[in-house]
Amino acid sequence: MAGLPSDISGRPLWLLAELTYRCPLQCPYCSNPVDFARRSDELSTADWMRVLNEARQLGAMQLGFSGGEPLLRHDLEELIGEARRLGYYSNLITSGVGMDEERVARFKQAGLDHIQVSFQASSEELNNFLGGTASFQHKLDMARAVKAHGYPMVLNIVIHRQNIDQIEDIIRMTIDLKADFVELASTQYYGWSKLNLDALLPTREQLRNAEAVARRYQEMMKDRMKIIYVVPDYYEERPKACMNGWGSIFLTIAPDGTALPCHAAQQLPGLTFPNVRDQSIEEIWSHSSAFQHFRGFEWMQEPCRSCPDKTKDFGGCRCQAYMMTGDATATDPVCSKSPRHGQLRAEVERIASLAGSSAPAQPLVFRNSRNSRALSPPVES
Amino acid sequence: MNDTPDQRVPALKTMYRFQWEPAQAAHVLLYPEGMVKLSGSAGEILKRVDGQRSIAVIIDELKAAFGGAPLDDDVRNFLAQAQSNGWITL
Ligand code: SF4
Ligand code: SF4
Repeated sequence: MAGLPSDISGRPLWLLAELTYRCPLQCPYCSNPVDFARRSDELSTADWMRVLNEARQLGAMQLGFSGGEPLLRHDLEELIGEARRLGYYSNLITSGVGMDEERVARFKQAGLDHIQVSFQASSEELNNFLGGTASFQHKLDMARAVKAHGYPMVLNIVIHRQNIDQIEDIIRMTIDLKADFVELASTQYYGWSKLNLDALLPTREQLRNAEAVARRYQEMMKDRMKIIYVVPDYYEERPKACMNGWGSIFLTIAPDGTALPCHAAQQLPGLTFPNVRDQSIEEIWSHSSAFQHFRGFEWMQEPCRSCPDKTKDFGGCRCQAYMMTGDATATDPVCSKSPRHGQLRAEVERIASLAGSSAPAQPLVFRNSRNSRALSPPVES
Repeated sequence: MNDTPDQRVPALKTMYRFQWEPAQAAHVLLYPEGMVKLSGSAGEILKRVDGQRSIAVIIDELKAAFGGAPLDDDVRNFLAQAQSNGWITL
C-alpha cells in the first residue's frame, strides 16, 4: 500500500522487524541476503521488546513482522501483544506456512491488526514449484481463515516472468478469496532475485499485457477491492523514490539486530551498520554514520546533484546504483539522465532476447541454506 | 432509511485505526501498511465518528465546541471526502 504522508519525515515511522531468516519456503526472488545461512544469530525476545519500545518512542506507527517466516518465532504472540499495548498498527507479513486457524485467532486476541499472505502463483503446481514447498492448499485455507477472523486482507503476489502470463488467474483467485487489497509486486532485483534475473525479468510485451489486464480489473473491482500493480523499474525512465529517502522514515532491524535504512542495504560496501545490541534506536537513527550516509543531498554526484527532481526520487536506489555501476553514490541507472542508463537498456534487451530464444533456460537458484552456504564465504567475526 | 442526509450515521471502517500521535501532535489514521496524518479539523470531526452520532449531532457538537462557527458545510464535505477515500461508511 505504501500510503505515506508526504508532510512527515525525519522519524522512523515504519519499523520492519525481520524476526528470523529461517523460512520453510525457497522463493528464487527472496529479498533476504544471499548469505542468510551464515547469519543465524537471532535477537532474544527481550531485545525485540526493547526495540519496539524505543522505536515507538521515536514516533514509529507502522510495524511489520517479517522475515524469513516470522511464524517460526514462538514469541510472536508476545511481541504482537506488546506492539498493541504500545499503539502500533501491526502487520504480519507471512507465507501462511506454519499458521493454523487457532493461531490466527490468538494473534487477533493479542491485538494484531492485519495479516498479509503471500502467494507464489495461482496454480498449485507453479506455486509449489516456486516456493519449493507444497503450500498452495494451506495458503488458500489460511487466506480464508484471515478473512473469517475479521482482519483486513492483503494478498501479495510477487510478479516475474514465470508467473506474469497468469496475472488474470491470479487476480481472479484474489477476488474469490475476497481480498481487500491486492499487491502485484514486481520483483526487485537484489539478493536472490539478482542471481535469477535472467529467468525472472519479464519482457516488455509481457508487461504491456499484464498492465492491461490489471487495469481492466482495477476498473471492474474499483469499489470492492484495491489492486496495486507496479511495473519493474528496469523499464522506467525515472527511478523509484527508494525508501522515501535514506534514513527518512524506514527502519529495518535484521534478525541479528543489525539496523538498516533498507532491508537490502547490507550489500553496500564501506558502511558499518549499527546493531541494536550495542546502541539505542535513538543513537542509531539520529547519530550513526550509516544512517547519515545518504541522508539529504550532500552525497550526490552529477547529474543528481543539480537536478530539480532530486527531492522527488532522492537519486533512486543506492543498492541498484552500486550493483550496476560499482559506485553507491552514482545516479540509479534506471534514470535516463544516468550515464549508465544505456547499459541498463542493453542488459534488459539481452534478457528479453533470452526469453524469446529456444536455448535451455538457466535453472533457478532456490533460496535455501545449502545454496546460501555454497554461494557465500563464512562471515568473519 | 434516513430522511435527510444529515441524519446519516458515519462509522469508521474496521480496517482503519484512528488515534492521537504525540510524536506528530496530530490525529492519524492507520491502515494496512499505510497512514494518513490528519489536519486539526479533520481530527476533531473523526473523533466524533463512532457509528452512533449522526452528522447533525456531530455538527452541533462541533459548533458548541468552537463558538458556534458556521462549519456545517465543512463537516459535510469532509465526511463525503472520507467516504470516497474509503475511510468511513455513511
Ligand atoms: S520470499 Fe519466500 S523464501 Fe523469502 S522469506 Fe518470503 S516466503 Fe521465505
Ligand atoms: S538525475 Fe538523479 S535526481 Fe534527477 S531524476 Fe535522475 S535519479 Fe532523480
